[in-house]
Amino acid sequence: MIRTFIALVQKEFLHILRDKRTLIVLFGMPVAQVILFGYAINTEINHARMGVLDRSRNDQSVELIQRFSVSDYFHEPLYLDHLDQIEDVFRSGQVKMVVVIGPELGKGLIRGSASIQIVTDASDPNMASVMTQYAQGIIGKWLKDKTNGTYGPQGIITTSRMHYNPEMRSVNLFVPGVITVILMLVSAMLTSIAISREKELGTMEILLVSPLRPGTIILGKVIPYLVLSLVNAIFIFLIGQWIFHVPMQGSYGMLILSGLIFISAALSLGLLISSIARTQQLALMLSLFALMMPTILLSGFIFPVSSMPIPLQVLANIMPAKHFIVILRGIMLKGVGMEFLWKEVLILTGMSVILLFISVRKFKIRLQ
Amino acid sequence: MNDTVISTQGLTKKFGDFTATDHITFDVAQGEVFGFLGANGAGKTTAIKMLCGLLTPTSGEATIAGFDIYEEAESIKKVIGYMSQRFSLYQDLTIRENVHFYGGIYGLSGADLKDKANALLARLGLKDEADKLVSGLPLGWKQKLAFSVSILHEPRIVFLDEPTSGVDPVARRQFWEMIYEAAERGITVFVTTHYMDEAEYCDRISIMVDGVMEACAAPSELVRQYDAKNVDDVFYQLARKGKRKE
Repeated sequence: MIRTFIALVQKEFLHILRDKRTLIVLFGMPVAQVILFGYAINTEINHARMGVLDRSRNDQSVELIQRFSVSDYFHEPLYLDHLDQIEDVFRSGQVKMVVVIGPELGKGLIRGSASIQIVTDASDPNMASVMTQYAQGIIGKWLKDKTNGTYGPQGIITTSRMHYNPEMRSVNLFVPGVITVILMLVSAMLTSIAISREKELGTMEILLVSPLRPGTIILGKVIPYLVLSLVNAIFIFLIGQWIFHVPMQGSYGMLILSGLIFISAALSLGLLISSIARTQQLALMLSLFALMMPTILLSGFIFPVSSMPIPLQVLANIMPAKHFIVILRGIMLKGVGMEFLWKEVLILTGMSVILLFISVRKFKIRLQ
Repeated sequence: MNDTVISTQGLTKKFGDFTATDHITFDVAQGEVFGFLGANGAGKTTAIKMLCGLLTPTSGEATIAGFDIYEEAESIKKVIGYMSQRFSLYQDLTIRENVHFYGGIYGLSGADLKDKANALLARLGLKDEADKLVSGLPLGWKQKLAFSVSILHEPRIVFLDEPTSGVDPVARRQFWEMIYEAAERGITVFVTTHYMDEAEYCDRISIMVDGVMEACAAPSELVRQYDAKNVDDVFYQLARKGKRKE
């Protein structure tokens, strides 16, 4: 029994290792994705160019401007003389944000009527809102220092702080997402293709005629892909850590446990697809459209689930990936454990059990 | 030699309204080379799949090596070998890996597996090519290898579903020599074919027409019964009655 199982697993690994192209794609794609999301699709701001229209020209305003230029976020500012120039510098693309300091900043602070305006070029809305937040942060800090922590007579100033990802590094969000997508890809898509390939080529018949039990055949097919998924997930995780210093706040045990639960859900989906699809091509199409696209678009990987219309939110909640991403981000970025994630873990476990049950029942011993 | 290893009684398989095999009844003795003839779509593959446990019959009885096909399918699987119509070795594995894999799933291992695999490769003259991918072999060789693999675990019966289709005459001849060798070792060979010259090599043949077994006897006896020149002629007389298209 064990020997026949080993023979089966060995054979499956030979298939995987011999297919060099797929292996390159499997390990190359996550690297490319992480690097792409880490560098290119970058919403953080480093040394952005800004403009200043200083109508006070006193010690206070100079100090405020200095606060901007010494921060890592903004570069030495471009000084403007007129309000009209703002339009010009936006149009020419020289700067994306201009801080307008009203006259008599120092007196205004005492009177409670100082005016500072932040004008941004919102043709790139993400950039504009991120810059505004940074600028507000700098001004708020300055104001606090100036007024000994009272924020002056005007009392309330809104300051926002970004928790868990203070620099708003998108790579921190994308690494858990890429891990999820890759696990889904390897576990579900490759498994379904591997099984339907045997059906298509007719070798499945030979396996079914042999004394192997159906459960053994399924396990022998699935275990190699489980191993491959794990290796790949660890690989992506390490890239995130080494190249982008993605934080890992929570426990590794929790990470591996939830990973295994998610992988079994994905493997079951792969089995289910292979029991429907007779050919590799059909298995590929089904996994692409039924699994990959929703996983990428609906899981919260790129678009936040909470801002989707209700029907799509419902759909997103049916996807195992959505819950897994919540868990991963919770563990990696927030460092929380079971006490906060038990709901997602429970949902994911339930999904895996149900999917596994259905797919094993659907896998037929006899062909008809 | 007279032990019955395959015995069927009114074996029937329906797919919806379509009756693929219609009450076929026959016995095959130990060590016999039993030919199963019929035009495409006559129900040969369906019959073989039922006997191997790949399809559940709609009605009828059958025993393989004394085991009931409904009740003791697991025991049957241990004593049969099967070579399907489609090429059933893994193209992306080497010859040796294929042999080891198929030996492995039948529970062979260690020195026993190694010896059997080496003997097989030596018999086929593939020792030097053992570590090449199967995809590079010519079709005739692939089929010979597939057959050798299907009897590697020394089954009592081997089912061959159109093993020689598309193979050149020389390779077919060699293939049949291998079948005879297996039969001499006491392995019962159940083979489907649509080459009439191959039918002459069988101890006994049965001819299927539209899912019904029209004739079942030794080739020479059939020729006498139907007052024909040869098996081809017998087959033509019977097959003409068939209405089924492919």
